[in-house]
Amino acid sequence: MRVAEAWRVAWDALRANRMRSALTMLGVVIGVASVVLLVAIGTGTKQRVEQQVEGLGSNLLLVVPGRLDVGSAPALSPLTLQDVDAVGRVVGDPNRVAVTVASGATVRAGNREDFTTVQGVLETTPTVFARELGRGRYLTGSDVDTGRRVAVLGDSVARSLFPDREAVGQQINVAGVRFRVIGVFVPLGQSLGVDRDDEVHIPVTAAQRLYGTQRVDAIAVKAPDRERIDELGDRIVAELNGRHPGTEFSAVTQEQILGVLGDILGILTGVLAAIAGISLLVGGVGVSNIMLVSVRERTREIGLRKAVGARPRDIGVQFLLEAVLLTSVGGLTGMALGVGGALLVAALSPIPAAVTWWSLALAFGVSAAVGIIFGVVPAQRAGRLDPVVALRAE
Amino acid sequence: MSRGPAIEAFDVSRTYELDGVSVPALRGVSLTVGAGDYVALIGPSGSGKSTLMHLLGGLDRPSGGRLVIGGREVGTLSAPELARLRNETIGFVFQAFHLLPRTSAVDNVALPLVYRGVGARQRRERAAAMLGRVGLGHRLHHRPNQLSGGEQQRVAIARALVTDPTVLLADEPTGNLDSTTGAAVLELLERLNVESGVALVMVTHDAEVAARARRRIAMRDGVVVADTAASPAGGTAVSGRGGDAADGTRPADGGADA
Repeated sequence: MRVAEAWRVAWDALRANRMRSALTMLGVVIGVASVVLLVAIGTGTKQRVEQQVEGLGSNLLLVVPGRLDVGSAPALSPLTLQDVDAVGRVVGDPNRVAVTVASGATVRAGNREDFTTVQGVLETTPTVFARELGRGRYLTGSDVDTGRRVAVLGDSVARSLFPDREAVGQQINVAGVRFRVIGVFVPLGQSLGVDRDDEVHIPVTAAQRLYGTQRVDAIAVKAPDRERIDELGDRIVAELNGRHPGTEFSAVTQEQILGVLGDILGILTGVLAAIAGISLLVGGVGVSNIMLVSVRERTREIGLRKAVGARPRDIGVQFLLEAVLLTSVGGLTGMALGVGGALLVAALSPIPAAVTWWSLALAFGVSAAVGIIFGVVPAQRAGRLDPVVALRAE
Repeated sequence: MSRGPAIEAFDVSRTYELDGVSVPALRGVSLTVGAGDYVALIGPSGSGKSTLMHLLGGLDRPSGGRLVIGGREVGTLSAPELARLRNETIGFVFQAFHLLPRTSAVDNVALPLVYRGVGARQRRERAAAMLGRVGLGHRLHHRPNQLSGGEQQRVAIARALVTDPTVLLADEPTGNLDSTTGAAVLELLERLNVESGVALVMVTHDAEVAARARRRIAMRDGVVVADTAASPAGGTAVSGRGGDAADGTRPADGGADA
């Protein structure tokens, strides 16, 4: 029998049992669609997070108390502004060192209010984190030194407090203390459902007074030399260990953060794909089951085809093609649904989704393979049927 | 069209293994089916006539003896070779028609040509021509469930002959038909036997049907007990059949053949 003929016979057989074929296919459709969709979400999330970490600026070193590791709890910071000066001396350029002391606070302007993150920072922040101002100016060294009550707003905060007025030059009230707005950041947008423009920067000295603390939460360093960034990190940690015996510090690079996040998200993607894979497997078992039923139902047909000259191979190929057709049509439908679902998710929800070619190729390959693997046994059974017995079947 | 014998069997036996017990269904059968023969194979249930039929049609292989179909020794052929032999030399007609449902008459008839590798267009042409010869030229695109029993059996006969075989094996071809329709089908088979010279071997329970054959082979307990040319069949034999019209529930050969 010619191959084209075999495809036609298989197609006709599937069409003859439309409902059953469709339901069997549905198992594969759901399996493939979920593989494509979940891998797309996993990949999209990973790409988004990596972009954002890279967006922090290259050559960045984050100095934090404790260890930056999966599963370790954040430690209470013993760092002070004196430590920041010491780190500046280690780096050799205080302009490359930034700090933050952050807290959630309610910010008011007139009868409007917004709960946001208020960060106490140095004037170096735009340099270290590559932030740009949309309007007005950023904090200066003298603002920080004198603890002047001035603030730079994130775009969201500015629009929330001053929807119909220019924010720069206005007064705001942070936890009962008045600040003057001197600048507004260029918007950064959302990441993973978090509004990155929902923040207010004030001089670290003013923040410490506001929160009643001498501490800073973390220090960030923009390393002058990318090649020697690890060595610089070691020197900073050694300096801080000397100043705070008994406390552990870590200096982590952007690559290390990316590595840790990549590991977590990679595992997440893998787990999602595996769960989706199970549904694909179940779909395959359904195909196998239906093919066995089909062989039994059509035993007489098989007997007749053999009587008029079909070889065992012709019969086997016919049933195998039927299974492959079921799973590959199901696979293509599932791919379309998966891609559509991913586009929908990306468009309508904050969850990022990136469809990758390899996930499509994998899903289609796996579904075709499922057809072959789960079709082989029924097909062999059909091919080996004794025509005499088959013709007598009821 | 008479060449050498279409089928030759020398001391052919067939034994089935059932739960470890050997059940002999055929115990040494020798016979020759000549080109253009018209043979009725008769005998009670369990006599081995269906087993013999399957062997003569190349659906099964003998346990012992020598069986030659179309000049080829069946015992030495692989399954694909045997399938090809069936396709080229044998046509089957069954009691239950065995048409593919949901498939038009013309495509049912064309089915054997599919396995011969004939292109779709030529298949259709040959199948349509064959349907014309059995008087169904106006029913090409009807499905089996849109045809009467007699028409379905005619489609099956057309399918058996579309490959131009040397032997037509008919297993109770009128068994599921009423007497009038059965007689018409029988006449068609006889006409095709004469017209195209295909050897007709017919298994039957019906003595009157058997009486029409030029030669009768009687079987009992797995051996041939009589092989004789019948007296010339008269057209009146069918009309004497009586009123037992609906005998479609008659079981096929059972017992040791199973």
